[in-house]
Amino acid sequence: MKTKIDFKKYKYPDRHGHFGAFGGKYVAETLMPALSELEIAYKKIQRDPQFKKDFAYYAKNYVGRPTPLYFAERLSAKFGSKIYLKREDLCHTGAHKVNNTLGQILLARRMGKKRIIAETGAGQHGVATATMCALFGLDCEVYMGKEDIERQSLNVFRMKLLGAKVIPVTSGSATLKDALNEALRDWITNIGNTYYCIGTVAGPHPYPLLVRDFQKIIGEEARRQILKAEGRLPDEVVACVGGGSNAMGLFYPFIRDTSVELVGVEAAGNGVKSGKHAATLVAGKVGVLHGQKSYLLQDSAGQVMETHSISAGLDYPGVGPEHAFLYEQGRARYVPVTDDEAMEGFDLLTRHEGILPALESSHAIAYLKRVKKGRLVVVNLSGRGDKDMGTIAKVKKVSL
Amino acid sequence: MKNRIEQCFDELKKARRKAMVAFVTAGDPNLKFTPQVAWTLEEAGVDILELGMPFSDPMADGPVIQKSNERALKSGASLKGVLKAVEAIRKKSQLPILLMGYFNPLLQYGISSFFEDAKGSGVDGMLLVDLPPEEGEETRRAAEQNGVSLIYLLAPTSDRKRIDLVRKKGSGFTYYVSLTGITGGAIKSQPKLKDQLNLVMKGRRLPVCVGFGIKTPEQAREVAKLADGVVVGSAIVDCFASGSPAQGLAKAKKLVSSLSKAVHSV
Repeated sequence: MKTKIDFKKYKYPDRHGHFGAFGGKYVAETLMPALSELEIAYKKIQRDPQFKKDFAYYAKNYVGRPTPLYFAERLSAKFGSKIYLKREDLCHTGAHKVNNTLGQILLARRMGKKRIIAETGAGQHGVATATMCALFGLDCEVYMGKEDIERQSLNVFRMKLLGAKVIPVTSGSATLKDALNEALRDWITNIGNTYYCIGTVAGPHPYPLLVRDFQKIIGEEARRQILKAEGRLPDEVVACVGGGSNAMGLFYPFIRDTSVELVGVEAAGNGVKSGKHAATLVAGKVGVLHGQKSYLLQDSAGQVMETHSISAGLDYPGVGPEHAFLYEQGRARYVPVTDDEAMEGFDLLTRHEGILPALESSHAIAYLKRVKKGRLVVVNLSGRGDKDMGTIAKVKKVSL
Repeated sequence: MKNRIEQCFDELKKARRKAMVAFVTAGDPNLKFTPQVAWTLEEAGVDILELGMPFSDPMADGPVIQKSNERALKSGASLKGVLKAVEAIRKKSQLPILLMGYFNPLLQYGISSFFEDAKGSGVDGMLLVDLPPEEGEETRRAAEQNGVSLIYLLAPTSDRKRIDLVRKKGSGFTYYVSLTGITGGAIKSQPKLKDQLNLVMKGRRLPVCVGFGIKTPEQAREVAKLADGVVVGSAIVDCFASGSPAQGLAKAKKLVSSLSKAVHSV
């Protein structure tokens, strides 16, 4: 089963959507034809120069790409390494999520779908989807767990201002995983006119493939930029991992460069041993959820566990199948960072560089203290922290 | 040797009768009560019992069955427990039993050991909502080795190619999903259903049962005219949503009796 592969020739997923033993299409029959339709449409646009042109046009003029690769001088001095930040926080809407929604909404338009649905945890993907729908005049409905609606009220308001309908999900644990369930139920019911814009490199094939392809622009730019700045490839590239889209976007263009270490930082919440965390690859087992086989936080009977993280965007019991594959192959390494450490990471970047990172990205910053001295490191600063002011104020016991 | 599901359809065919398939969630409200439910529904005329295996994330189910899964999980129902309940049912009954649910609990149990244990407990068939034939080869082999039918779904969105695939890979019967949606939705008008069903019925190798959205005896009778059997789930499960388990079962018995009568009158 676990044959070692030659990463110099990395080409995944296979035509069935499998990354080794992971990925696939574990969905109800009703969805199977819709996934095929999506696959065919996606293949078509991959060969379409006009689609590439459109994507490049909006990426540059609307999203603000390429984002800078910024040398974090004071942070580097503190840790004795050369640390570069990939500034996805400077994207329009404040996070990398928009790269994916730009691609998917352009695709949905090509497919003639007028109604867009999405799930969201922290609200960043919801905002990015609502933004693109406003730009192109499409109907947008976003499923969001009731718990998340309460802790991310600012993003809920943003989505509403953008004209999206935010549908509270009360089933199960009322968080991201349940929002995904509800979005899938909607899609099963309204399959004819609806495009499901999934927010991460998870779900049934072809989603992990197409979301990665729309996000790989992060790594492609970063690779070019670091070669220009330093004349060599980095020793390691680092990103936080919930579902894993910003990490996959950064990692993918470096997979064939086997000298580059890929480090994914998972949310350890109150600590992996506390049971209250979201560190799927660090502490989970292989399982099937939301249309894919990957790692999953679950109990011994195969029921999906409720997760915890200070950052709503990492608070998810699953992880994209390509990460599971890279993990099993030993190509990428996944490390846990707790809520407290993430808060330290937040303060560190804020005070040393004048950049307020999202709590998700703060996990990746927090990992830097474990990096050996003298290394060349690229960290994906996947989003900015404005949306987290409420949570951070609460932690610091400040009333706004 | 044929399992109870296959024998049941052979007998129904001889008698020119349609199958009444009833769905309840195992362990709702607890697993101790489940054998009582099975025996009572058998008395009420059910031909095949479909027992739901509780799962934390039932993504193809509507609110009624979601809540029933939550009740069952809260009482501690696990896959092992469900098999024990089937074993208990078998002490008094030879009713064909099919387990329905999602793939992950079975994956954790271990595919081949699950099918060995399922056979030992007296399970006749398995329906895994999120395991299409494309991902199901290992499961299909294990099911076949243990004489357990693997029932696949077809939906209004399934094209010719998928119908052929399910015909090739499935066993026991084919479960036709009447509507594009989740369990407990609103069923289509009969002429539209008839058109879509025609594709699946014509040249079928296995019996075809229709489910999703069928709630009343009238609907059950109309659908029974078009297929080999009718599956009713949410409407029965809803009986257990309030009141004591005994009250729920009394309500369910009454409903299932009238449904069975309607289906058997065709």
